[in-house]
Amino acid sequence: MSRTRTASYVYAVTGPLDQGQLAAVRGVGGSPVRLVGEDGLAAAVSAVPFHEFGGEALRTRLEDRDWLEETVRAHHAVVDAVARLTAAVPLRLSTLYLDDDRVRAMLRANRERFGSVLARLDGRVEWGVKVYADPGRVVPPPDPAAPSQPAADDRPGRAYLKRRREQRRARDDAWRTAADLVERLEGRLRELSEASERHRPQHAELSGASGENVLNAAFLVARGEDSAHFLAAVRDFERGLVAGVRVEVSGPWAPYSFSQDTADTALTAGAEGAG
Amino acid sequence: MSGGAPAGPGPFRMLDADHPFAEREVALVDLIDRVLATGVVISGDITISIAEVDLVRVSLRALVSSINENVPSPWGDRNPGEARFRGH
Repeated sequence: MSRTRTASYVYAVTGPLDQGQLAAVRGVGGSPVRLVGEDGLAAAVSAVPFHEFGGEALRTRLEDRDWLEETVRAHHAVVDAVARLTAAVPLRLSTLYLDDDRVRAMLRANRERFGSVLARLDGRVEWGVKVYADPGRVVPPPDPAAPSQPAADDRPGRAYLKRRREQRRARDDAWRTAADLVERLEGRLRELSEASERHRPQHAELSGASGENVLNAAFLVARGEDSAHFLAAVRDFERGLVAGVRVEVSGPWAPYSFSQDTADTALTAGAEGAG
Repeated sequence: MSGGAPAGPGPFRMLDADHPFAEREVALVDLIDRVLATGVVISGDITISIAEVDLVRVSLRALVSSINENVPSPWGDRNPGEARFRGH
């Protein structure tokens, strides 16, 4: 009889939580999620087959699109479920311990840091805001200094060069217009949020979205009224947009982008050490 | 590109009924931005080196190649065992 060796996969760390509230939640590979508690903290954990993650396995598996999507969505499902119930610190994908005792040791070793991050995130959500610009369609506001009707030039070579120059300028103007809009939006949303982070702009081929992703940002905002104001500001902004620029909002997310320790020091493994 | 995002959709949604985006599908690229690029990194027991691996880069490479798999190869010499098509 062979039993698959398992590891404890940790999704998120929270304050004390009732196990019953996670009864319906399933983690990576469909495994039930349990709480491992220690010292006023709880880790949302599930058992995963050791061989899927150990050693080089993870790197290889990340290149398997189906595995990647399934695992990322399963990870998110648990983080999301926990973050709906209480303040939660999401952990990076694939944080694994040999067993629950090692998870407890990790909680003990990082008690204060988790406590301070939890306090900072309590009652907050993350909103994702992306801006896309399609430079061919962006029409910059009219420049009052520009001559309204350029003088006719009957020499074809000159006319061609001029046309090219104008196209290039129009493109530059379009980018500048988009950049100005992004700056304005980001500035406004920073005023309405407690923190903000920028993610890498997304590859158009992956997002399937038209236009260039010129802003991919996340904002930490209190639930309720603050979030309502934040979203209203995005909508206001959208109303004043020029053609070719689009804003997309996602959320509310668990505060993934704001879970780093403010002290910017890496959290450590259990006090006993790994050897 | 027509239709939905190539990197979605999946079975999970954001279910917060109080919010206007509640029923919108979570895009895989947005998840990757967060699940692989943010979140607290603790040195676990098993994948100690995970923080050193650029997970986002590795995963995005996987996604790009999976999209390209839907484009017929000009050489037509793909090993059929390698192809992983998504169900439609």
